[in-house]
Amino acid sequence: MLNQLTISELTAQLARREVSAREATQACLDQIARVDGKIHAFISHDPADALAQAEAADQAIAGGAIKPLLGVPIAIKDVLAVKNQPLNCASKILGNYISPYDATVIEKLKAAGAVVFGRLNMDEFAMGSSTENSAFGLTRNPWDTSRVPGGSSGGSAAAVAADECIASLGSDTGGSIRQPAAFCGCVGLKPTYGRISRYGLVAFASSLDQIGPFTKDVRDAATLLGVMSGADPRDSTSVPQPVPDYAAALTGNIRGMKLGLPKEYLIGGLDPEVKAAVDAAVEKFTELGAEVVEISLPHTDYAVATYYIIATAEASANLARFDGIRYGARVEGADPIELYSKTRGAGFGPEVKRRIILGTYVLSSGYHDAYYLHAQKVRTLIRNDFLKAFEQVDAIVTPTTPTAAFKAGEKSGDPLQMYLSDIFTISCNLAGICGLSVPCGFTKNPKLPIGLQLLGQPFGEESLLKLAHAYEQATAWHREKAGG
Amino acid sequence: MASAEIDVKYVAHLARLALTPGEEKKLGAQLGSILGYIEKLRELDVTNVEPTAHAVPLVNITRADEIRPSLSHEEALRNAPKKGGGLFVVPKIVE
Repeated sequence: MLNQLTISELTAQLARREVSAREATQACLDQIARVDGKIHAFISHDPADALAQAEAADQAIAGGAIKPLLGVPIAIKDVLAVKNQPLNCASKILGNYISPYDATVIEKLKAAGAVVFGRLNMDEFAMGSSTENSAFGLTRNPWDTSRVPGGSSGGSAAAVAADECIASLGSDTGGSIRQPAAFCGCVGLKPTYGRISRYGLVAFASSLDQIGPFTKDVRDAATLLGVMSGADPRDSTSVPQPVPDYAAALTGNIRGMKLGLPKEYLIGGLDPEVKAAVDAAVEKFTELGAEVVEISLPHTDYAVATYYIIATAEASANLARFDGIRYGARVEGADPIELYSKTRGAGFGPEVKRRIILGTYVLSSGYHDAYYLHAQKVRTLIRNDFLKAFEQVDAIVTPTTPTAAFKAGEKSGDPLQMYLSDIFTISCNLAGICGLSVPCGFTKNPKLPIGLQLLGQPFGEESLLKLAHAYEQATAWHREKAGG
Repeated sequence: MASAEIDVKYVAHLARLALTPGEEKKLGAQLGSILGYIEKLRELDVTNVEPTAHAVPLVNITRADEIRPSLSHEEALRNAPKKGGGLFVVPKIVE
């Protein structure tokens, strides 16, 4: 079935004129009609618009055009602006917002020929780890619909795992790409901070947010990273670093590469099946010729606390723009302050309110230095741990999450427990480095995917992709399908 | 660091966020436990440590000050909850 193909498989078949982009897009739309009532990865999608884009791609192919994503259906997290499509961040506060412009990554996907379609469900404003904080209902894990797909990019992961699209985009502020990729059994990449322009990504925590791909294999992640990377005059934090040919790094040869195993990641809550899968993956890397050494990241235990100060502080400032004046929903008031308060009280969900209050508090007069400035200094210590480790190793290997996907409702009553499920992914964003999750096995009963996380130095994506690709070539986990 | 007590009503006012009494009570308890957890950062000595505001050290990124296309008037007002005469309509601010 065409909707099950990878980007490289589909583009090869399109180039040989064996299939059309219209057929591939229709196959995705048919799969959505078949399974999305159960999975609910999509908040909305516009089949007619997707098919029109596919037909335009078919015409371009007939005219001899060659582009890296020509005719490939790619679905988008509801946090990225796509011109003339709705954008809600899975929140009520944006009302009937329609994006007046394209995010830079969307411009790049379109220029590369992709069929850009659908609005994928997420935790409201990307705040959460289960996609339970959406104003548009739960997304279910395709491997076990009683379980969460992870979050905040849960819809992006579930849509790829359920073959409702060929690939998707998400965003990662503390693990929001890697954790759902692990829970749903796909490849998820969080690039280095500054690698990809954030223009048109609705801001949650501006010093931590990055856009990245969800794909069915590592080669596709390399392709999408190459298309999306590069400096952008509209995002002053995007870095003018040359964009390498990431696919060229996928040589399969990792002999002599050095991997670090942080001793601090053997925490109490680590599930034995997850540990066994990661141990086996490390063994596999050794067989493939890599050298594995123990390293230390001594400030690991402080990452979650640091994150929840910095991310909420930045969020409280970023979300001030949702005030009912220029766009989105409005609840009228006698004066502007009453209008703002009522609009925000009615428009934001519980987790967003919790983080706005916490972020406002840690920035408020008298507490700024004690919380926010202190956390920024601890952030330096966390970053230095990683930079020191990367003097010794090419990449760091860890579990992506301490457990496989948990049940819907299991953690939603206890915010702190939910926050602690991000313990292995959060440091990467604080340090501004890159990280990738690749499938490395399954739990036995029920059968749920397990993710292996590789962390790389700033702009070290080539090493991560090379390692993950070699591992993927030597294993068959990524070929297993949910519900099959 | 300060004690793990938080005046939710006052902070909600700073954030321009209307909360019901029920929400205030629930948030107070939850934030108390989160702040309690955050207290562990106090164990670390950060004397002489520079703060990290931003992980990639870029400075003074500017672009040429040139006129470029931007949203049209109509597009900018397209999502306004209330508009009139080509403007955003807001409650009366000055008498």
